[in-house]
Amino acid sequence: MNNDTTKDVVRMHNVRFTWPGKRGFGIRIDDFAMQQGERLLLLGPSGSGKSTLLSLLAGIVTPQAGCIEVLGTDINRLGSAARDHFRAEHFGIIFQMFNLLPYGAVMDNVLLPLSFAPKRRQRTEQAGGAQSEAHRLLNALGLNQELHDSPASQLSVGQQQRVAVARALIGAPEIIIADEPTSALDRDRQNTFLDLLFSQVGHADASLIMVSHDETHASRFGRVAELNDIIRLEAAS
Amino acid sequence: MIIFRLAQQSLANRWITALLTILAIALSVMLLLGVEKIRTGARASFANTISGTDLIVGARSGSMQLLLYSVFRIGNATNNMTWRSYKDIAAGKEVKWIVPLSLGDSHKGFRVMGTSKQYFEHYRFRDKRQLVFGDGGVFDDLFDVVIGADVAQNLGYRLDDKIVVAHGIGSIGAKHDDMPFRIAGILKKTGTPVDKTLHVSLNAIEAIHVDWQAGYKVPGQATPADRLRAMKLRPKAITAALVGLNSRMQVFGFQRYVNTYKVEPLSAVLPGLALHEMWALVGTAEKALMAVSAMVVITAILGMMTMILSTLNERRREIAILRSLGAGPRTIVALLVSEAGILTALGVVLGTICLYGVLIIARPIIDTSYGINIEISALGITELQALGAILAGGFLAGLLPAWRAYRLSLADGMMVRA
Repeated sequence: MNNDTTKDVVRMHNVRFTWPGKRGFGIRIDDFAMQQGERLLLLGPSGSGKSTLLSLLAGIVTPQAGCIEVLGTDINRLGSAARDHFRAEHFGIIFQMFNLLPYGAVMDNVLLPLSFAPKRRQRTEQAGGAQSEAHRLLNALGLNQELHDSPASQLSVGQQQRVAVARALIGAPEIIIADEPTSALDRDRQNTFLDLLFSQVGHADASLIMVSHDETHASRFGRVAELNDIIRLEAAS
Repeated sequence: MIIFRLAQQSLANRWITALLTILAIALSVMLLLGVEKIRTGARASFANTISGTDLIVGARSGSMQLLLYSVFRIGNATNNMTWRSYKDIAAGKEVKWIVPLSLGDSHKGFRVMGTSKQYFEHYRFRDKRQLVFGDGGVFDDLFDVVIGADVAQNLGYRLDDKIVVAHGIGSIGAKHDDMPFRIAGILKKTGTPVDKTLHVSLNAIEAIHVDWQAGYKVPGQATPADRLRAMKLRPKAITAALVGLNSRMQVFGFQRYVNTYKVEPLSAVLPGLALHEMWALVGTAEKALMAVSAMVVITAILGMMTMILSTLNERRREIAILRSLGAGPRTIVALLVSEAGILTALGVVLGTICLYGVLIIARPIIDTSYGINIEISALGITELQALGAILAGGFLAGLLPAWRAYRLSLADGMMVRA
């Protein structure tokens, strides 16, 4: 157990959580921590509680007991509005698929998180403006300029995943969460995608936590952990 | 702001359901405002028809009935009052002026009314306005006729045209085709039943009935016009009389005098009071109509609520994405409530515009077929209040889907569903 909290971006301790309305099963996370700048891969099949872990981490749900510290803040002590705001400022989240609002333009999708995160917006202003920062990220992720203003629904799945990366990274949040981001892509595209993701995460100096059931890419990560070792499923009383 | 642009795009993405919802609200708004417009239009039309007359006197009948047939030319008198009684009443010292009315004949569907020259002087409508001649003047000769503006317009009559007046009401009456009348005057438009009336002297009414007995023409008998002019014609009976008194203070006293008149049973009514009685009666029907239109509005808003709720399942992804980006419950609620509000507002605006469009087209038709003149005016306070209430209702209707969307987003957590 690492007691040096200043270097930990995430610390979970004695967390217990049961989904409302789903009696009988709950999860327990005794101890989980992640360091600044770490690249962490969590391995586990679906149903192992990964979505729950990520929801807890991002403060979308709150545990019945325990403490979740992110960047030195106990997010369970925050009110729900402050927690939403905290998530907007410090997390970039990439889902398995269907990341984007399909009717919105690519640019609008990328810029959307800045509406909820003034500090991230400020950082983009310092980097030369939100628009140009969005263009820069999209270009760096291999999305040509002419795609930037088309509706997200016209892009291929792989392109959409890359837009999601740009959206997660814009304004440089400290923690990037990726939930099976490559499972909708074929093997070649998985590699290209992860190359781009890693280089941009490195460029932004962010910490990356990725969840997957597939250990193919484990060698890229600084640390690999089994979800079963972190999360205990238990019958709730 | 991006989030509202995206909300618009989300709505545009579902434009068919959105459009149908807007149309349903627009139709309901049109119905509600239309009923209100016709209601106030009808009231104004009736209230504006008679002004400055203190009492209407006729054979004993209900006050509403007397008012309807004498002033609005709706229905028929069950009984006449005799000329002698008329003379008697006219002789009362309280009476400032009195005008006889004799109804029962028609010309091509328009009523023919026998009266005196004083009618044009004393009859008042809408805020005591007087009848004005657009052309010609009061009838002079026995066979002179003064026609209303609608009669002239619809039948294409001009001054000095010769026309025939029929006995009985309705376009297929037995024709008094041997009695050619000359158009001596054409009145300006008033927006009252006067526009649809042909006015002749009381003696003319007698003249066209000289050769008639019990509703049938006496065969082979046709008194020439010149002989009729020479005859000493005198009305035997009239339908009703409009009375102006020297002082309004005398109205109730004089009304009692007429109502207790010994020689024959008569009634005297105050036009305003009779109108009031009529509204009390019609009011129930009006309320029922308003209630029905309000129900239609509620149905349309419920329809919108159903629409938003049914799209919620496909929008769970959209909401989960927004939540993951840090959108709080307030944003989600604002999104759905403003969607409901925008749909309602568009419906209200579209409905109002369509109503005025329909009114502009339907106004002449309603005027000619029902004699109701609907003023095309700006929305009144009641109407604006109703629209405000609909708008508020629309916003409120967004709250339930919004609450449900938020609950769903809590249950979904980080899971983004396909």
